[in-house]
Amino acid sequence: MKYKSVFDIIGPIMVGPSSSHTAGAARIGRVARKLFGKEPKRAKITFYGSFAKTYQGHGSDVATVAGILDFDTSDLRLKNSLLIAEKAGMEVDLTTSEVLTEHPNTARIKLSDDQESIEVVGVSIGGGKIEVLEINGFTLQLGFDSPTMLVLHEDRFGMIAAVAKILTQHKINVGLMEVSRHDRGARALMAIETDAPVSAEVLEEIRQIPYVFDVSLLSLN
Amino acid sequence: MFRNVAELVELAESQGKKISEVMIEAEMEVSQRSRDAIMQDMYANLDVMEKAVRRGLTEDIRSHSGLTGGDAKKLQEYMKNKTFLSGPTLLNAVSMSVAVNEVNAAMGTIVATPTAGACGIVPGTLFAVSDKLQPTRDEMVNYLFTAGAIGYCIANNAFISGAAGGCQAEVGSATAMAAAAIVEIAGGTPEESAQAVAIALKNMLGLVCDPVAGLVEVPCVKRNAMGAAIATVAADMAMAGIKSVIPTDEVIEAMYRIGCAMPTTLKETAQGGLAATQTGRQIEAKIFGVRMEK
Repeated sequence: MKYKSVFDIIGPIMVGPSSSHTAGAARIGRVARKLFGKEPKRAKITFYGSFAKTYQGHGSDVATVAGILDFDTSDLRLKNSLLIAEKAGMEVDLTTSEVLTEHPNTARIKLSDDQESIEVVGVSIGGGKIEVLEINGFTLQLGFDSPTMLVLHEDRFGMIAAVAKILTQHKINVGLMEVSRHDRGARALMAIETDAPVSAEVLEEIRQIPYVFDVSLLSLN
Repeated sequence: MFRNVAELVELAESQGKKISEVMIEAEMEVSQRSRDAIMQDMYANLDVMEKAVRRGLTEDIRSHSGLTGGDAKKLQEYMKNKTFLSGPTLLNAVSMSVAVNEVNAAMGTIVATPTAGACGIVPGTLFAVSDKLQPTRDEMVNYLFTAGAIGYCIANNAFISGAAGGCQAEVGSATAMAAAAIVEIAGGTPEESAQAVAIALKNMLGLVCDPVAGLVEVPCVKRNAMGAAIATVAADMAMAGIKSVIPTDEVIEAMYRIGCAMPTTLKETAQGGLAATQTGRQIEAKIFGVRMEK
């Protein structure tokens, strides 16, 4: 079941004109921003499929940049995002691609500043709902409907058990879990949706596990 | 949790509940949130819808492109001053549906139901039917849960976006959702709601998504208008006891298969249908200066 909640159908409250091409695009941009964790200096956006063909009419470019500025789908500043980004000194580079993607509404977003960068591939599946299919080359499938914990770690035995043990100690049930890696023994990414909220304290405990490089908690709401 | 319309109706009828109540209980279960919290969120949606309807009927709405706006008001004026044929509830539903969609096209604030392109139909029919039936505010919120329950079934068994399944998936879904909700608010049974879904959706099958210049304006606003009309009539037909020969879930499945078979030129790419007409292309060239690459 891709759609889990009645509010996936009746909602979101949003600035028009398109839930897939405006609200969905904004949400993909916002996931990238949340993952980056701060305002980027540069944003490189590539649109594919229907996004590439109709982004001007739907304001998908404006919406994606609004998401990158951390605006919600109902934020009225969305309309002026390009100007706001320019004033903030953010460099925005938008291109369209003819490459065929599995889903018609696909966006690839690369955010960077002088220190670091992140690359996210997201699809807008309809009604404002999105799926993130790639984070920094790790393939996965995440909807970000509920807060999602991301653990970057070395690809070795016992990592899943070590994280699960800490969640167990805090009586946190796992709703959904995805693991992805570049190559065997290289870096791996663990994505976990939990039923109960994960506190900063729990995140810190997980960060202390040997071979864990980074932990973050991402919530769109 | 129900997986399709048949299961939804079975759950409702076996427990003597309304579809809206089944949806609220399912939402409480899935989200682990209280009834109050869920109702509060839906009340917020209702408020945004009401504002959008009012804006569209009273303000001078014009989209950025200038292609749409003002038709909702035009229809209200016509109803005030002329002898009209199709009945006040029906024309109100059409006018209010257009109002919300015009606000959306002008980048105003709306609620996606299930999408922004189809955002007029559910609130438009709700406020028009409410003018006639004078329901309580709670019953109006329940209308949205019933519509949501049908949309949930369609979204999980087919699709709800024009890019994925054509306009039949978008305006078609909204029309089916509204038809079921009208039946419930008018005192019909869950089974009659399901029949209204089938009757409404059957009349949307094959509808392509061909927005001129890629804008959610032409023909979206007028399709929202007729979606509201079909939903209202389908609800009346179902409550008259008329049944769809093809069961509701099979109609949804047919919509899915038709959408899969639809070429991408007719799925929100602005490459076919009305978008590719001479006038459609001229409008596109005028708005974007040069013709968009195709």
